[in-house]
Amino acid sequence: MSIMAMFVPIALAIVLWLALLQKLQAKPWLVQGIAAEPGNSATRYPAKVIGLGVFLAVVTALFTLFAAAYHMRMAVPDWSHLPLPKILWFNTALLALSSIALQWAWSATDRPAPGLIDIRRGLLAGASLALLFVAGQLLAWRQLDANGFFFSCTPASAFFYLFTGLHGLHLVGGLLVLGKTTTKIYRLDLSNRTAAVAPLLLSIKLCAIYWHFLLLIWLAIFALLFLT
Amino acid sequence: MAQIAIADQGYESHEPHSFVTRYIWSQDHKVIAIQYAITATGVGLVALILSWLMRLQLGFPHQVSLIDPHAYYQFITMHGMIMVIYLLTALFLGGFGNYLIPLMIGARDMVFPYLNMLSYWFYLLSVIVLLAGFFIPGGPTGAGWTLYPPQAILRGTPGAELGVITMLVSLAIFVVAFTMGGLNYVTTILQARTRGMTLMRMPLTVWGIFMATVLGLLAFPALFVSAIMMLLDRLLGTSFFMPAVISMGTQLPNAGGSPILFQHLFWFFGHPEVYIVALPAFGIVSDLLSTHARKNIFGYRMMVWAILAIGCLSFVVWAHHMYVSGMNPYFGFFFATTTLIIAVPTAIKVYNWILTLWRGNIHLTVPMLFAIGFIFTFVHGGLTGLFLGNVVVDLPLSDTYFVVAHFHMVMGVSPVLVMFGAIYHWFPKITGRMFNEKLGKIHFWVTFLGAYAIFLPMHYLGFLGMPRRYYALGDTAFIPASAHELNMQITVAALIVGAAQLLFLGNVIWSLRKGELASANPWGATTLEWQTPDTPPRHGNWGATLPIVYRWAYDYSVPGAAQDFIPQNLPPTDAPSAETKP
Repeated sequence: MSIMAMFVPIALAIVLWLALLQKLQAKPWLVQGIAAEPGNSATRYPAKVIGLGVFLAVVTALFTLFAAAYHMRMAVPDWSHLPLPKILWFNTALLALSSIALQWAWSATDRPAPGLIDIRRGLLAGASLALLFVAGQLLAWRQLDANGFFFSCTPASAFFYLFTGLHGLHLVGGLLVLGKTTTKIYRLDLSNRTAAVAPLLLSIKLCAIYWHFLLLIWLAIFALLFLT
Repeated sequence: MAQIAIADQGYESHEPHSFVTRYIWSQDHKVIAIQYAITATGVGLVALILSWLMRLQLGFPHQVSLIDPHAYYQFITMHGMIMVIYLLTALFLGGFGNYLIPLMIGARDMVFPYLNMLSYWFYLLSVIVLLAGFFIPGGPTGAGWTLYPPQAILRGTPGAELGVITMLVSLAIFVVAFTMGGLNYVTTILQARTRGMTLMRMPLTVWGIFMATVLGLLAFPALFVSAIMMLLDRLLGTSFFMPAVISMGTQLPNAGGSPILFQHLFWFFGHPEVYIVALPAFGIVSDLLSTHARKNIFGYRMMVWAILAIGCLSFVVWAHHMYVSGMNPYFGFFFATTTLIIAVPTAIKVYNWILTLWRGNIHLTVPMLFAIGFIFTFVHGGLTGLFLGNVVVDLPLSDTYFVVAHFHMVMGVSPVLVMFGAIYHWFPKITGRMFNEKLGKIHFWVTFLGAYAIFLPMHYLGFLGMPRRYYALGDTAFIPASAHELNMQITVAALIVGAAQLLFLGNVIWSLRKGELASANPWGATTLEWQTPDTPPRHGNWGATLPIVYRWAYDYSVPGAAQDFIPQNLPPTDAPSAETKP
C-alpha cells in the first residue's frame, strides 16, 4: 500500500503545480478585463499532448496499483520466487531499440524541412521491433509454461502473466495507432507535403512519447519481477 | 484537428442533419450529456424500486413472497452499486460534466468529441451488462456492493456462479468509459477555455467537476485492478484474494490469497468515490446559492483551495472503512487523524455557503430550496461521519443502522438533492421551457422531510444495536417492539419518498411538452452558459464568435450596476467596477 500511497501525492502534486502555474493566488473579484492573463493556454501545448499525458497518468496509476498488490501479496508466507526466462533480457533490448527508433523519427520531424525518409525508416523500425518484442514475450510465456509455471500455478507466476499481459495489451493498443500513422506517412506524396504533414508530425511525437512510456513501465515491471 | 476548432480559428459549424447522427451517434457534448442523464435516470429507477422491495421486507417481514433472503441480498447489492456508480457518478460527471463544462468555460465542444461519444456507448454497455445480471441463471450477485472476497465468489452467495462475473465485467467496462470521459473533461478544462477565462474565473461547478474527474482518473484504476484480479480468481483459479477455503465439503484450488488486499484496493477506490460524487455537488451548490441569493460566493479562493485540499486528503483516509477488519493500532490512529482533518476544508465550505446566504437577497426558488436542503442533510451526515471516523466509536457502530443512516445522509440524500436542484436550475437552458414550480416545491418538501423521516430514526435504531445487512431481525431481546414499529414507519416514508420521485419525472415530461417557454437567462445568472445566443444552445454553442470573459463568475448585486448581475462576458466599460467594494 505504501507504493500506492506514494504515487497519488506525486500525481496530485503535478496537477496542483499545473494549477499553481495559473496563479491560484489570484483575486478574481478585483481584476477585470482580459489583459491580466491570456487565459487560453491552447497555444502552448496541443490538446492531444495534454490528453496523452493524462492518459499515461491513469495507466501509471493502474500499474502502480498492480505493483502495490504484488508487494502486499508477497508478504503472504506461500510466496515463492519465479525463475524468469532469460529471453526477457533480449526482449528488453528490443523494446529499448524500438523506443530509440521512434525517437529518431521524432527528431527528424523537428528539422525545418522534415526528413520524410528518416521518419519512414524510424517508424518502420520502431513498429517492427515492437512486434518482435510482442513475439518475444509470447515466447517467454511458452518457456515459462514449459518449465511448469502456468497462470494459476504460483502467485508469482499469476502476477507475471498479469503484468506482461497488460503491458502487451497496452503496447498492442499503441501499435494500432503507430500502424495507422506509418501507413499515412507512406501514402504521403513526397512532392506535395505542406498541408497534410502537420497533424502527422504531431501524431509521430505522440507515438514516441507513448513508446518511451511503454519502455519505462516495462523496465519498472522487469525490475520488480527480477529483484523479488 | 480538434484544438483548431476549439481555438475558433475559422469556425465552421459541422452540424449533423440526420436524426441518427444528431441524436444517436452524436458527438455533441449536449446530446451526450442528455444520453448519459436518461440512461442514469433509467437505471436509477431500477435502484429505487429495489430499495422499495428491501424496505418492504424490513418493515413488513415475510409479507411479500417475492423477497427471499437471496433476493434480498441481491437487491441490496444492486441498489448500492447502481446508486453510487451508475447513477451518481455517471449523472454528475457524464451528465452535468458533459453539459456544463464546454458551456461554462466558453468552448464549442469537448476537445475529443469522438472519444466522448465512445465514453457514452461504453457506459451504456456497462449498464446493459449490469442489468443482464437480473436475467441470467442464479441472478445478480448478492455479495454486498463492496464485493468482499472470499464470500463474493464462493458457492452459497447468491449469484456466485454468473452474477458476480457480470458485475465485475460491467465495472471494468464502466472504468474504461469513465476514463475516456475523464480525459475529455480534464483536457477540455485545461486547454479549451475561452479568452479571458482564467482558472480562477471559472465557476465553482467547473472546479468541482474538474477535481472530481482527477480523483476519478486516479481512483477508478483501483476498482479496475480489483475487478480484474477477482475475475481471474473466479475464472482461472488464481489466488490473488482467495485464501485456502473448504467450501461445502470440498477443498478449493486456491491457497494463500489475501482478502485484506482486496479491501485495500477496493477502498482506495471507494473513499475517493465519495468525493467524486461530493465535489461536483459542492461546486454546483455553491453556484445555486450564489445565483439565487443574488450575492457573490463568500470566499471564492478558499472554496477553490478547499476543493483541492479535499481532493488530496481523500486519498489518505481509505482504511477508515476497514477498522473492523483489524489493523495495527497506529494505522487506525493515522487514518482516524486524516479522516478528522478532512473535516476542516469541508467545514470551510459549509461556513462559506452559510455566509453566502447571510444577508443575501434569498429567492426561495425550487433550485434554492434543494440547495439549502443540501446544507442541512450534508451537515447532518458530516457530523455522524466525525463519530464514525474514530476507531473506538466505529467498532461498536460499524455493523448497525447508524452507518446506513450516515452514508445515506452524506452521500445518498445530499448529492441527490443537489442533483435535483441542478436539474431544476438548468432545465430552462437545456429544454427551453420552465418546469412546473408548484410540483417542484411539492417534490422538494416530500423528498426533504421524507429523507429525514427515513434516515433520522435509523440513527436511533443503530444505537439500539439493530444490525445492518440482516434479512430479518426475528425475535431478539435487545430490539424492542417499538423498533419494529419504527421500521414500519420508515418503510411507509420510503414508499412515499419514492413515489415523489415519480412526481418529479412526471413534471419533467409535462414541462417538456407544456411548460412555459423560458427566457435565455431566467435566473439572472452571470455564468457563460446563460449567455448563449440560442436557448437551448445549438451545435457549436456560440454562433459565429466565442464569448470573451472579462470578470469572475460572481458579480451579483454590484453597487451602482444597472442590474443585480453582470454577465461574465460583459466588457468592463459597460459596467461600474467592483473594485470599490470593500
